[in-house]
Amino acid sequence: MSAADSFSRLAVFRRLRSRDAVFRILTRTSALGVLMVLGSAIVVLVSGALPALRAFGLAFLTTEMWNPVTEKFGALAPIYGTLVTSAIAMTIAVPVSLMIAVFLTEICPMRLRRPIGIAIELLAGIPSIIYGIWGLFVFAPFLQHTLQPFLIELFGPVPVLSTLFAGPPYGIGILTAGLILAIMVLPFIASISRDVFEAVPPVLKEAAYGVGCTTWEVVRYVVLPYARVGVIGGVMLGLGRALGETMAVTFVIGNAHRVSGSILAPGTTISATIANEFTEAVGDLYSSSLIALGLILFVITFIVLALARYLLMRLEDRVAP
Amino acid sequence: MSNLYRSRRRRNGLATCLSLAATFLGLSWLVLILAVLLWKGFSGLSVQVFTEMTPPPGSVGGLLNPIVGSLIMTMLAVAIGTPVGILAGTYMAEYGRHDKLTSVVRFINDILLSAPSIVIGLFVYEIMVYPMGHFSAWAGAVALALIVIPVVVRTTEDMLLMVSNPLRESAFALGLPRAYVIRHVCYRVARAGMLTGVLLAVARISGETAPLLFTALNNQFWSTNLDAPMASLPVVIFQFALSPYEDWQKLAWTGALIITLAVLALSIVARAVAASRKEP
Repeated sequence: MSAADSFSRLAVFRRLRSRDAVFRILTRTSALGVLMVLGSAIVVLVSGALPALRAFGLAFLTTEMWNPVTEKFGALAPIYGTLVTSAIAMTIAVPVSLMIAVFLTEICPMRLRRPIGIAIELLAGIPSIIYGIWGLFVFAPFLQHTLQPFLIELFGPVPVLSTLFAGPPYGIGILTAGLILAIMVLPFIASISRDVFEAVPPVLKEAAYGVGCTTWEVVRYVVLPYARVGVIGGVMLGLGRALGETMAVTFVIGNAHRVSGSILAPGTTISATIANEFTEAVGDLYSSSLIALGLILFVITFIVLALARYLLMRLEDRVAP
Repeated sequence: MSNLYRSRRRRNGLATCLSLAATFLGLSWLVLILAVLLWKGFSGLSVQVFTEMTPPPGSVGGLLNPIVGSLIMTMLAVAIGTPVGILAGTYMAEYGRHDKLTSVVRFINDILLSAPSIVIGLFVYEIMVYPMGHFSAWAGAVALALIVIPVVVRTTEDMLLMVSNPLRESAFALGLPRAYVIRHVCYRVARAGMLTGVLLAVARISGETAPLLFTALNNQFWSTNLDAPMASLPVVIFQFALSPYEDWQKLAWTGALIITLAVLALSIVARAVAASRKEP
């Protein structure tokens, strides 16, 4: 072997090593980049929201007034709308999607499980703007003529519920937004719950069946307790989605900056307010107030999603080893 | 005794019925939405839709400029987001599998995965649109790229973690450098899964409206200038559907049908690609 040969071998080795290092640094930088996106998003939103927070202080959270002309802004109505629509959505979506997951894991014939599962997941893939346009032109008029008059009629004489369902039936409003959100988050919760249910060890179920439990008793006393943490994680994930959903809600909520006792009344949510007003916001205080709304939304969803991930991660730890 | 048995059976029957009803409800929403879309959008579908610009109210026109705008911004977003996502996923699965950094990035990435997209729009507005002084296709593409990244990171990491270790070890045993093994062995094995991730990301961003509202804004006219506002299908649907003009609303339905079909086709293709991986 000549000297030149070994020299070039060394050169090749060096080149490979440096390429290796470059690739490693590149991947590491990208991974750090993901962290930076979240970090800088928080920094940017806080600095954008600062003028509004400085002008209104903590009262921003508790003021209902939203007046661009006098530049008085408060976030109470959008926060209220966001929480109420999400609450309605979760009340409906959680039981329905849990029952879908039960059907898909325990009752459905094997051959139909995949197609039905895929169909439910396709529902999650439909863009939210489609839900919006469908909600505005099809669902809201339908509710206006059927469900809402019925609810007003039904609960009119009942003391507390009569304020909750006080008319007139607009069609659009908080209830409609909540119902559409329910349809939108349903497939998420259903598919996560299904995955979690499937992770229940068959031995446990077989044992329960072995002592003569019915399918429902197996679900109620074996599957649900075992999968509880994961289901809660999935529900939180759905809640995160409901809180941040923009387009579908913007179409049907009615965009009224007020806190109303009736869920049939028009309202607004944080994301709908931003979507509707941001491009038209003139004046620093106006746009800063909208960014402050965005920050509030981010903080709320961050907490909810972090909790969801924590719960789901704990479940994975338990299943993995 | 037989009373207890009967009540247990009754309860079981009730639960079965309820779960059937719930599934039926879920499926019927899908059918209902698709049916309405076809019903309202199909009649507006014509060559015109793909060849003419968005019209002023009262005259005929199509959706050419928003369709092209959507394609441009989607492609840009994928071009920006995919490499970053793949590289970050590679670090997590290959170099830093047991790092503290990896678990932090995974956690943050999962948060980004479901963060409200309107907040991403606000963020890009603050870092790009506001300093530059105008809305632009670039800003729209960056906003969409920020949605692509977490999807790609997630699938890349998952797919690379599924690559069997003996395969890596045998490549290392030949004396191949690590980067070479990752690029030519691991990527090749995980290719289908990674492609699925990219397709899912495309499906996700092609319907995104909120982050485009105040980054790319909208444009009534033909424009391929990346430094200027650009039309996109979702934003045009948003604007036209909320307008009082009937012909605009009709176009919005047609646009909605086009997007939905595209998104559903993409997610079905993504599934097919993911399924083909398991064959060999």
